Amino acid sequence: MYVYDEYDQRIIEDRVKQFRDQTRRYLAGELSEEEFRPLRLQNGLYIQRFAPMLRVAVPYGQLTSRQTRMMAKIARDYDKGYAHISTRQNVQFNWPALEDIPDILAELATVQMHAIQTSGNCLRNVTTDQFAGVAADELVDPRPWCEIVRQWTTFHPEFAYLPRKFKIAINGSVSDRAAIEVHDIGLEPVRNEAGELGFRVLVGGGLGRTPVVGAFINEFLPWQDLLSYLDAILRVYNRYGRRDNKYKARIKILVKALTPEVFAEKVEAEMAHLRGGATTLTEAELHRVAKHFVDPQYKALNDFDKELAELDQAHPGFARWRTRNVRAHKKPGYAAVTLSLKPTGVAPGDVTDKQLDAIADLADRYSFGQLRTSHEQNVILADVEQSQLHALWLELRENGFATPNIGLLTDIICCPGGDFCSLANAKSIPIAESIQRRFDDLDYLFDIGELDLNISGCMNACGHHHVGHIGILGVDKKGEEFYQVSLGGSASRDASLGKILGPSFAQDAMPDVIEKLIDVYVEQRTEDERFIDTYQRIGIDPFKERVYAANN
Amino acid sequence: MQRIIKNNEIVDETWHLLPKDFNIDELTNCDDYIVPLQLWRDHSRMLKARDGGLGVWLDADEEAEEIGEDANEFQVIALNFPAFTDGRNYSNARLLRDRYGFKGELRAIGDVLRDQLFYLHRCGFDAFAIRPDKDPYEALESLKDFSVTYQAATDEPLPLFRRR
Repeated sequence: MYVYDEYDQRIIEDRVKQFRDQTRRYLAGELSEEEFRPLRLQNGLYIQRFAPMLRVAVPYGQLTSRQTRMMAKIARDYDKGYAHISTRQNVQFNWPALEDIPDILAELATVQMHAIQTSGNCLRNVTTDQFAGVAADELVDPRPWCEIVRQWTTFHPEFAYLPRKFKIAINGSVSDRAAIEVHDIGLEPVRNEAGELGFRVLVGGGLGRTPVVGAFINEFLPWQDLLSYLDAILRVYNRYGRRDNKYKARIKILVKALTPEVFAEKVEAEMAHLRGGATTLTEAELHRVAKHFVDPQYKALNDFDKELAELDQAHPGFARWRTRNVRAHKKPGYAAVTLSLKPTGVAPGDVTDKQLDAIADLADRYSFGQLRTSHEQNVILADVEQSQLHALWLELRENGFATPNIGLLTDIICCPGGDFCSLANAKSIPIAESIQRRFDDLDYLFDIGELDLNISGCMNACGHHHVGHIGILGVDKKGEEFYQVSLGGSASRDASLGKILGPSFAQDAMPDVIEKLIDVYVEQRTEDERFIDTYQRIGIDPFKERVYAANN
Repeated sequence: MQRIIKNNEIVDETWHLLPKDFNIDELTNCDDYIVPLQLWRDHSRMLKARDGGLGVWLDADEEAEEIGEDANEFQVIALNFPAFTDGRNYSNARLLRDRYGFKGELRAIGDVLRDQLFYLHRCGFDAFAIRPDKDPYEALESLKDFSVTYQAATDEPLPLFRRR
């Protein structure tokens, strides 16, 4: 975990002071609504349906127990006792008062946290794999790179007023759990034949109104050039990205218009000037940052297979939980545990202040005082001893975190939707709940197997519906809420965008629609085929026919 | 008379900022002008021959490369912000300073507000024509918003990682 030095700390304290004055001037009428808007957005502050929403940055999803307790305190003192894990690993509060925001930021600064650039047309929080540093399939730990990029993005003077928002994700594993191909920039550390470290660089991915899988424009960028190359990409985008139409302003539109090849040439032309400059990264800086991400004090342990198998026999619930919520770890005797924030009846990603305190406590006792958030809106304890899994499971059950559904149909990615968000066309949380209720039989859920079901309440796509194996999009039809279904999306390596099934459905039809889709899958699948595999083999038509057939 | 922030002080404006449709025949010999880019393109020889000061201004959709190596022909280069949220001229500023070595006054004009001043200054602006309805003395305060910065920029050629 990166620990601030006096410079990092001073920067966020300066920000608190700056935003306190900006808020004061706004409330005193010295700053107009229009002048204040980008300033508050770049501090993660939206004006929502009922109150402002404050999005607090969780850089690449890493939190300490101390920071988590601060989240709990803010939920308690300034909100209605809960917080929400967002689809970009951040934490959102839905009820703070505008007047209180400077005080909240001051409290956050005491635990090295902030809300800098969590919204607005600027460089946003960098995201990564929630299993970074512990995944068995990891090639390079992406976290030092995330932190280096985070510092580069923070108050970058040239790129604070971009045409549109800008999201960077970094993945360091064989599997891509960071969905880098649907980001404005996706980075993947790799080694070349000589064993040197560099990056594969993708640009122009994104969801939203015009979903696009990005294009790799550089297969090996020497790591020393990383920040210069980001400067070059952002400079090209800042100068030539469209500003006349906010729906065509993301970098993906520019990359498409120019073609990835021409875009890459423009970046290279810029690099000709920037390469070798002062922004070239140094061994010393890489070392300084990387030393914050060395392994914790792992014990020399053996895997606990036999004992766990016995526990599985004795406790079928434990066995089920282990199948879904516990992952292999790079160290023998350890495991990474996902706490499900998706029990039926709770808005996906929501946690109460008491639960946050409980998570902090569990992190202290089971996982070196650290935890992570995932873009699937769950929480991870990354370094749990296998011999402690049963004890942990018992505690997770008491706190409502043990729903064994990670990666299954009910582990729904879902934006806050029309219940909270002023952009939404339709509610999303009640749709998620009605589907979870329909699939409440655990045996059946397990039988269906891995399935990404993602719901967005509008085409801004915060719920990542385009990359759900099943995607659901809320649409407004003459003032009524309807839901469009798409199939075949995927955010993993070789990402794909879902294809729309057909005309949209009323809210109360949705559980039936999903059930019919699942029926088709169950009937047609071959052994070991996941929903997405069957879909890719048989295509959309059998699903379409079933769902839209007359009289059923 | 408009007041300008220049090198951290408030000074009276002495330059005439000419609109894009300005008629060249109305130019006097001795006044100081900041001319639109097109006027410079069409009449550079004549403009250089005058006795008065010469500046040029670029709109947000015009490119630093169009001035390029000629940058130091001007005492002032002004970059226009049609809206304070239009960030293109931050990049133009850096190109003029860092790539073309412009040493003169680099001035922000248009929708220039105090809360952008710190970033503008980092990108090489040293003069700011604050929007007339705002107080330039208050705006001066914002140049002190941050005491540490991470990135290399025009005001600080080394990134923090080479200084910490």
